Amino acid sequence: MPWTKIYASRTEFEKALKDSPGLRGITYKEAIREATAQLLSADKSVFVIGEGVDDSGGVFGTTKGLQEEFGKDRVMDSPLAENGITGVCVGAAAAGMKPILVHMRTDFLPISLDQIVNHAAKWHYMFGGLLNIPLVIRSIIGRGWGSAAQHSQSLQAMFMNIPGLRVIMPATPYDAKGLLIAAVKDGNPVIMIEHRWLYDHMGHVPEEMYEVPLGKAAVRKTGKDVSIIAVSHMVHEAVQSAEALQEEGIDAEVIDLRTLKPLDTGTIVESVRKTGRLIVADTGWKECGAGAEVMAKVAEAGITLKAPLVRINLPEAPTPASPVLEKAYYPGKDDIIEAAKKTTGHGKR
Amino acid sequence: MTTIETSETRYLQVINEKGEEDPSVMPALFEADFRRFFETIVLARTFNQRALSLQREGRIGTYASIWGQEASQTGSALALSAEDWIFPSFRESGVLVARGYPMWMLYRYWAGDERGMSAPEGMNIFPMSVPVGTQIPHATGAAWAMKLKGHKKVAAVYFGDGGSSKGDFHEGLNFAGVFKAPCVFLCQNNQWAISVPRSSQTAAKTIAQKAFAYGFEGIQVDGNDVVAVYKAVKEASDKARSGGGPTLIECFTYRLDDHTTADDASRYRSGAEVEEWKAKEPLIRLRLFMEKKGWWTKEYEDAFMKKAQDTVDAEIKKAESYGAPDPADMLKFTYKELSARQAKELKERGW
Repeated sequence: MPWTKIYASRTEFEKALKDSPGLRGITYKEAIREATAQLLSADKSVFVIGEGVDDSGGVFGTTKGLQEEFGKDRVMDSPLAENGITGVCVGAAAAGMKPILVHMRTDFLPISLDQIVNHAAKWHYMFGGLLNIPLVIRSIIGRGWGSAAQHSQSLQAMFMNIPGLRVIMPATPYDAKGLLIAAVKDGNPVIMIEHRWLYDHMGHVPEEMYEVPLGKAAVRKTGKDVSIIAVSHMVHEAVQSAEALQEEGIDAEVIDLRTLKPLDTGTIVESVRKTGRLIVADTGWKECGAGAEVMAKVAEAGITLKAPLVRINLPEAPTPASPVLEKAYYPGKDDIIEAAKKTTGHGKR
Repeated sequence: MTTIETSETRYLQVINEKGEEDPSVMPALFEADFRRFFETIVLARTFNQRALSLQREGRIGTYASIWGQEASQTGSALALSAEDWIFPSFRESGVLVARGYPMWMLYRYWAGDERGMSAPEGMNIFPMSVPVGTQIPHATGAAWAMKLKGHKKVAAVYFGDGGSSKGDFHEGLNFAGVFKAPCVFLCQNNQWAISVPRSSQTAAKTIAQKAFAYGFEGIQVDGNDVVAVYKAVKEASDKARSGGGPTLIECFTYRLDDHTTADDASRYRSGAEVEEWKAKEPLIRLRLFMEKKGWWTKEYEDAFMKKAQDTVDAEIKKAESYGAPDPADMLKFTYKELSARQAKELKERGW
């Protein structure tokens, strides 16, 4: 399937285009912009609000030009107040609107935690099911350029713990568009976490509106020796590591979780049952993280494993600003390769 | 140096503590309107007294009394139209009773059954906010949504003097000012945030004046004068409905009871202060005013009291005979639709 394919670079996509002229290549940021524009056109109750959504950069290009196209009543910046704006969007959603709230950094979500956790996540329950909060909160993981401790965090695990929320982390342009559309139509509060390093990534994206169902993982590469389950940017590292491992005779399966809440337990369990080995590569921290939950699902399924499970995460420290330290801080494909070699050294392949 | 701008904070009282009216500000109201005010206050007070008794008997949980604040609550609720949306705090029984919210559901709620807060369809009332002040941005958002949709509706939000110190207050009012959201901010200044007096809540002379900094009008009204409250809220909601933006109304009133049934106010405020405010409570002046007009007699009051008590008795009976909630509701209402994992959990738990 063209949409499951991850292209390592723009050149690779252009090469693929020669063989399949039917492919339509746009970047991850363009996919988000296209989804937003189509949602705004299709549904009058959708609006976009957030710091910087109407400026010339347009939140790294994801909202660029939308205000000119749809007007100031539908795409707007707001007074500077993360928690207040989130509360305003909760109220607007309760009154029948479908806000897409953009917090330019995932780090701004903790400022809005009261409204997200104590209100957005609770109202459908507290209303006895009478009212939905169809609120999508887009947020972005920063990386590089000294984003550092307060502008780079991967906080998905915080939201995975809260009943009432959904958490999505698209890794490809196809999923960025399809998941955003599905999230807006879902009717529940959805936390969408994007990754700044993915914005210029190119892939096949159909022009029409389509949905990627929430709660469904994607198998990016099938394999029999080890399951590499990855999230967001780490999916790209995993795909590259699987290619390198293949050359060394290790057949890795790569799964892109796409949705972290609800997790696609079926796909996870099926894969690990087949391979007996598991590596989880996450963009965030280890303890009580997304990887821990994936492992818990595997443990609960009672699968006989061939090797100890491995988690690849950030070191137990805030993100440094120095490029030297940053380089040491972030795990990548080499860490996955090393882990895969180690884990496949256990037991029979 | 020059003066760029000055602000003025108005105070509105129509009927004073002696039951005397100020004809220059009296709105066009008739006998039936005053009877409606009187009867709604009596009904709200009856609901409240019975709630306090039920709590003492262990038949409901902790309850927040509205005694002394009935005029602020009923006068404002009656001034709003049925299509307007209401965002109450936890101390708003009078608002809900005035809007015709089923009292049996309120008793269920205070007995710990959340189904009591699922307002009947078309009632346009949000669940009461137990967290302090967080409902303020919600009301701003709902009001703004109504404006975007072109509806001529208003969102009215209730909070206390304590809530006015929260960041939510600032963020909600600031946003409403910028976007001209059709919102009426109703501060129920009852002088005490549990044990913190109004003087320790803000160095400002009034809470009403804070609106000035957000670019819209704030007014302080005598919160124990039902007519003043009614008039101010009517004017503010009409203004909001016609595109004039938000208004902050500070209802200057007094909480005669403890903060909740879990509190003992005698530990932090004087009996003399409470007695002083008891003389100013809303029903006394309304009774005096109506008597002078020939609209009140003891027989009228006794007959209505009896009716109110019978109504409340029947509501309590209904509340207490209502079936217990189903544990499956916990999972059923967490998301719009039941997830596969929740369906599995329902089965595993035998719900």
